[in-house]
Amino acid sequence: MPASESRLKVKRDGSIIEVQFRDRNILDEANIQQIGEEIKGIIEAEAKPKLLINFTDVDHLSSAALGTLITINNRVRAIAGQLRLSNIDPQIYQVFVITKLNKIFEIHENADKARASFK
Amino acid sequence: MANPSPSKIPSPDSPVSGTFNPANKRADIDTVEKAVLDAVAAFGYPDASRFAMRIALEESMVNAFLHGHRGLPEDTTIEVKFQVTKDDVTVQITDQGPGFNPTSVPNPTDDENLELPSGRGLMLIQAYMSEVRHELDGRRIVMVYKRPSEGG
Repeated sequence: MPASESRLKVKRDGSIIEVQFRDRNILDEANIQQIGEEIKGIIEAEAKPKLLINFTDVDHLSSAALGTLITINNRVRAIAGQLRLSNIDPQIYQVFVITKLNKIFEIHENADKARASFK
Repeated sequence: MANPSPSKIPSPDSPVSGTFNPANKRADIDTVEKAVLDAVAAFGYPDASRFAMRIALEESMVNAFLHGHRGLPEDTTIEVKFQVTKDDVTVQITDQGPGFNPTSVPNPTDDENLELPSGRGLMLIQAYMSEVRHELDGRRIVMVYKRPSEGG
């Protein structure tokens, strides 16, 4: 897979950057690493990023992907940005509950509610 | 990799089983997952069971390659044996590493570990499987998933 092929769909709505995934399954180690790098690039280009990660159409997520989300969250917080997650499939949401990561992330039912929650 | 025969039409009396020797390559891992999940689907397990099995297979194989095989040549294979019956799914994964002590893995949901980016794979396996055993000094994990009762 060429490194230039983005694994993300990125759109900007005012000051909010919304990211969606091209993959239904976020499992592959190399893909997860690439996703982490791409989002890092997006965060670092902003002063106080308002980042919405929209999980629509994502069916599976591995613990490695959760790890990358935590790293992203830590990066965003370190530069006084804000991170929101939305549109998480109920089965995947259960994974967040089991790992108690629903306590760390601000998770919204849909993208509209997530967008409205930015301060 | 050995090719099991999950394409046989299953009946309550004929479990579907197979053995694979995947290397740490996406295509190998996907082949194993597809074989097990196809058998699970053929026996009419609900979608939630497929989700649970996918998590357990993914996390256990990744653990074997990343942790079990740390420092070994990249093409070192693991062994995956599975059996699916109408009542349960058993998956046994054996790596060629030095083993580990499962009780030494910190609890990822403790407050001080909650923001660490790794350490959740084993916990997810334990959450989704009915039984999890470690054998051969941690080189082998045996996971049993029992079919949920109707309506449950």
